[in-house]
Amino acid sequence: MTGVRTDHGALEAHLRARRAEGRKLLVPYVTAGLDDRWLETLAAVAAAGADAVEIGIPFSDPVMDGPTIQEASARALANGATPPGVLAELGRAGLDVGVPLVVMTYYNLAFRAGHHRFASSLAEAGIAGAILPDLPLEESEGWESAAAAAGIEPVLLAAPVTPDGRLRRICERSRGFVYAVSRMGITGERASVAESAGVLVRRIRALTDTPVLVGFGVSTPQHAVEVCSARGAGADGVIVASALLRRLLDGGGPDDAATFVATLRDAIDTEAD
Amino acid sequence: MIEPGDDGRFGEFGGRFVPEALMPACLELEAAFRAAWADPAFREEYDQVLREYAGRPSPVTECHRLSEQLGVRVLLKREDLNHTGSHKINNVLGQALLTRRMGKPRVIAETGAGQHGVATATAAALFGLDCVVYMGAIDVERQALNVFRMRLLGAEVVPVDSGSRTLKDAVNEAMRDWVASVETTHYCLGSVMGPHPYPWLVRELQSVIGAEAREQCHALLGGADPDVVVACVGGGSNAAGIFAGFVDTGAELVGVEPAGGAAIGRGVPGVVHGMRSYLLQDEYGQVAEAHSISAGLDYPGVGPEHAHLATIGRARYEAVTDAEVLDAFQLLARTEGIICALESAHALAWVAREPSLRGRTVLVNLSGRGDKDVAEVERLLR
Ligand SMILES: Cc1ncc(COP(=O)(O)O)c(C=O)c1O
Repeated sequence: MTGVRTDHGALEAHLRARRAEGRKLLVPYVTAGLDDRWLETLAAVAAAGADAVEIGIPFSDPVMDGPTIQEASARALANGATPPGVLAELGRAGLDVGVPLVVMTYYNLAFRAGHHRFASSLAEAGIAGAILPDLPLEESEGWESAAAAAGIEPVLLAAPVTPDGRLRRICERSRGFVYAVSRMGITGERASVAESAGVLVRRIRALTDTPVLVGFGVSTPQHAVEVCSARGAGADGVIVASALLRRLLDGGGPDDAATFVATLRDAIDTEAD
Repeated sequence: MIEPGDDGRFGEFGGRFVPEALMPACLELEAAFRAAWADPAFREEYDQVLREYAGRPSPVTECHRLSEQLGVRVLLKREDLNHTGSHKINNVLGQALLTRRMGKPRVIAETGAGQHGVATATAAALFGLDCVVYMGAIDVERQALNVFRMRLLGAEVVPVDSGSRTLKDAVNEAMRDWVASVETTHYCLGSVMGPHPYPWLVRELQSVIGAEAREQCHALLGGADPDVVVACVGGGSNAAGIFAGFVDTGAELVGVEPAGGAAIGRGVPGVVHGMRSYLLQDEYGQVAEAHSISAGLDYPGVGPEHAHLATIGRARYEAVTDAEVLDAFQLLARTEGIICALESAHALAWVAREPSLRGRTVLVNLSGRGDKDVAEVERLLR
């Protein structure tokens, strides 16, 4: 272990508390501005059993994303979604969904706005954490300190090829949780969970007691169970994006999203051990 | 030119803004290239393949009739005469040797005009590597000849339908492939852009243009350097290659961007495709679409070393319109009997327009030949 931190932010404290209750963590992803009901969708998935919700702020060039998130991002941008626009909508709605919100987007949006301005705009909208998948350790110190100053927890990602030395630094610096990328590749639905997920989760566990969530390719209730079970990948929880967005892109509404999240919730509550 | 530090920066530009999954590969590539570039056996093999396969050195041609017409002494560095028809082959042969040295059996590439794709497919055929080339769907249409050439050479060409369906999106798709395939695949990036070490690595491989040109100019000009060195700038590799030979001389360095894709002229600093550089983008940081008559320059960013050279004032960057480019394309054909690439015609268009060049000696990097563009130009002139 890398020493025990006790200065946990709201996101990490919340996830740790839920984990302490023996609960597996479920984090669905919703693209901001996808349609004019995206805030309803956000509230619906939160109520259906999410432990946190990831909000994707759409970016023009999402290089870590597969066809589904690309399509959702393009649709939101075509609808006129902008970072200040969606954050203002969120702030105005004054939703109390009862779980923390985490933004996932690409670094240029933070760079263009300025680290401090971007971080405080997230905080003002009630966001607790932020994931920037194209900002590796070497480049992220400026962002991390601006985020910390605004009370935003910067979540870092670890990949299956991350060597030990880097993994240790990622675990030391990640706040909220450590995002374990399940496989080498981009986001998108898959037929199965890669074996690399379990290997990576175990390597992270040996370095930190920060919650470890697995994302990329977790597509079905069975996958979620496998990722969360000790006999599977043994993670603290899962992030589900493309499989949920697919339902929305195909015409589903907040109720359909909630039904799918409830199915995931039920599966990990009853089957993951 | 500049040696980037460990952080891959040229001044404030450059860096490595890549997903964690690609960081080990970027570090490995940097180490592999450093070792290879310092290894005399690698250098000898690279020189040999440039000579015996690509046809280097490429000549410098003095343009008598064009010079007379413009009142400017124009010299052309003839990268159009290389095997596969552009400067792209210089970079690709080096990266293919490096791929073999790293033990990877597969290469991927992005391409705009198709010249880098053709060069990569060629090198893959030569060295027995599997090859996949990503190309924007719009470019697949306007550069159909090059698509067929790549397929003849045994490469798979994947049309990219996302975003602006041009070069920027081809880079995105190549990066998506690479994240999934990095253990067996080398990403053969086609310009001085992307995450460190690419901007430096590609410039080193292209610097042969400038090294040859400097000697050739000295022979032609009685030991003098040209007054001005001009090259078109998409990502900026042919410009970086020729500038490398003259950066420590008194020659003025001028890069020419398309008016619809002038990243240095009209962009502001941003981060995309692994680098911090000038970038066409909106007020929120969404990347804008570039628009240019030439697919190879249809790119909203620019290599970080050019951003730095512009900032410190060592090079300057001008923009020309599509109409000026079409005129220059025809002017060169009629006065010198050379049909050049539309990309290269950007550099000439600025030379033809710029009054301050009268009476001076200008070296233009003629980065490629125009076969690929003839059908498109015919359509535009009709
Ligand atoms: C002939 C030619 N010149 C120039 C370019 C632009 O690339 P760069 O700016 O890297 O030289 C291309 C790109 O496709 C090209 O084919």
